[in-house]
Amino acid sequence: MSSAVADVPRGRRSRALPSWRRVRRLPLSVRIGGAIVGVMALAALFAPILAPYGPNQLDFGAVLSSPSPQHLMGTDDTGRDVFSRTLYALRYDLVVVLFVTYVSLPIGVLTGALAGYFGGVVDAVVSRLGDVMIAFPFIILVIAIIAIVGPGITGFLIGVPLASWAIYARIARTEMLVLREQPFMLATTALGYTKRRAILRHAIPNLLRPCFVFSTVDLVGNTLLLAGLSYLGLGVQPPTPELGAIIASGQAYLLTAWWVSTLPGLVQVLFGVGVGLIGEGLSDGGLGRETL
Amino acid sequence: MLGYLLRRLALSIVVLFGIAALTFLMVHLIPGDPARIELGASATPKAVAELRSDMGLDQPFGEQFANYLGDTATGDFGQSFIFNDPVAVVIGERLAPTALLIAYGLAIALLIGVPMAVIGALRPNGVVDHVVRLISTFTFAMPSFWLGLMLALAFGLSLKFFPVSGYSGGIDGFFRTLTLPALTLGLALLVIIVRTLRSSLVSVLNSDYIEAARARGFSEWRVVGKHAMRNSLIGTVTILASLFGYVIGIIVLVEAVFQIPGAGSLLVQAVQKRDYQLIQALALMAGAAVVIIGLLTDLFHALIDPRVRLEGRSE
Repeated sequence: MSSAVADVPRGRRSRALPSWRRVRRLPLSVRIGGAIVGVMALAALFAPILAPYGPNQLDFGAVLSSPSPQHLMGTDDTGRDVFSRTLYALRYDLVVVLFVTYVSLPIGVLTGALAGYFGGVVDAVVSRLGDVMIAFPFIILVIAIIAIVGPGITGFLIGVPLASWAIYARIARTEMLVLREQPFMLATTALGYTKRRAILRHAIPNLLRPCFVFSTVDLVGNTLLLAGLSYLGLGVQPPTPELGAIIASGQAYLLTAWWVSTLPGLVQVLFGVGVGLIGEGLSDGGLGRETL
Repeated sequence: MLGYLLRRLALSIVVLFGIAALTFLMVHLIPGDPARIELGASATPKAVAELRSDMGLDQPFGEQFANYLGDTATGDFGQSFIFNDPVAVVIGERLAPTALLIAYGLAIALLIGVPMAVIGALRPNGVVDHVVRLISTFTFAMPSFWLGLMLALAFGLSLKFFPVSGYSGGIDGFFRTLTLPALTLGLALLVIIVRTLRSSLVSVLNSDYIEAARARGFSEWRVVGKHAMRNSLIGTVTILASLFGYVIGIIVLVEAVFQIPGAGSLLVQAVQKRDYQLIQALALMAGAAVVIIGLLTDLFHALIDPRVRLEGRSE
């Protein structure tokens, strides 16, 4: 029972149960990043409890008031509490961005694994299609789709997976080319396993790690993209609280009420740094060629 | 060399063809009749039918695509209805500010990024290295439009060094109106330069030929600045060029923040007014620019570094 083939599922099972000892063995940057992201995720999850005001609660008596104990991040031009709006925005952004990122990942891993395993026509089709999607500037593609479906979150939800799968496919394919020649993969053929079993049970678990590491970069990129589109007025529409939309709403009052744009932006930077630190620690090196 | 060149060229043509197909399909996926949208609800069915035949929409799908490819190749991108001018003319007028902004932004990114990468790479995992990494992580996490607003607040509205919006030509206008936007772009691209150049320098500085240069008693300046840099910087620039799509994405946002009348703000305008001919041409040009710049850098890289073309052969 100590063959390499049998070890794969067992190793995976133990990794699914993190113990404190495992957490303490992680690189420092992963622990710091994890703490930042963890706190922010909890704040987002409990936004309705933590937010002192409703996200769209107007107060024309306290328009553009500076940060104070009553309004931690001040208020905007209609007297809405920026801190409350930021908490709800974080919640919204996290749900949307986690969704698009982790929808793209399995699609990409599967197509990339198939391309790498079978080669030939499958590989040529997947790779060339991927080349087109990667060459096409991401934001332009999403904006073009928004032009078709209209401003709002729909264009983002369609456009991101349409382009993002290709990067995961490229990573998975490259790994698969190496993996395919490994003794344990050759053994799956020798043992007469079906190709389906060889790919899904034995190859894909080994392809996931680099893809998950890249997904941290992708997560930050998608958060920035969503905020950017909303800033341009093409993404999330008012009054839905979204970080980019809140930042945009403060642009007209930048000098008189700096907090409306500045503070939600800082929250977004903090989130990006947290995720970035996790990714850095996991990849234990710089950003590679296929990142960004 | 010729084999590598032809292979690389063929690949680029396939990708360009794919991009053309994508932009063509895009406009065909718009719900409703393009002729009806352009003329409005009050137009007579006869006028709509005439415009349909003018636009070639009554022809078979394959023929329409062939026409599209032919028109595109001859520089005919159709008519922009918001400007009432040929799309090629409209875009042509907006390209200069965008091109200047990209060049200026890249220069700033290199000017800040190269020294940062070098001091980080001199002592890997030292204090300075960690500070450099942290700074680049911060710049990566910043929304570029937010960074632009912050720079506008600090250097424009508060210190009044620069105007916070608009664009004017000439040397003086260039520095006055494009410095803040270019700084925003440069800081957004900083992470790519710092990360790739640093890791490349770290591995190069451990190689035998650097050891040999040191053994010959060359100064550290010469070893790093000349021998190591020559190898590392080329790779960094290649990666930067391969990420040109990312640069275009930031340009769209930066132009919006500083209200620069470039190709990026033109795209946003076109989407808001639903000028599909204009959107289609801009998307196609952006995709083509990425492919062509990627191709040129790879060829240049292969020309000066034989390892690249040999690596391509073994694939």
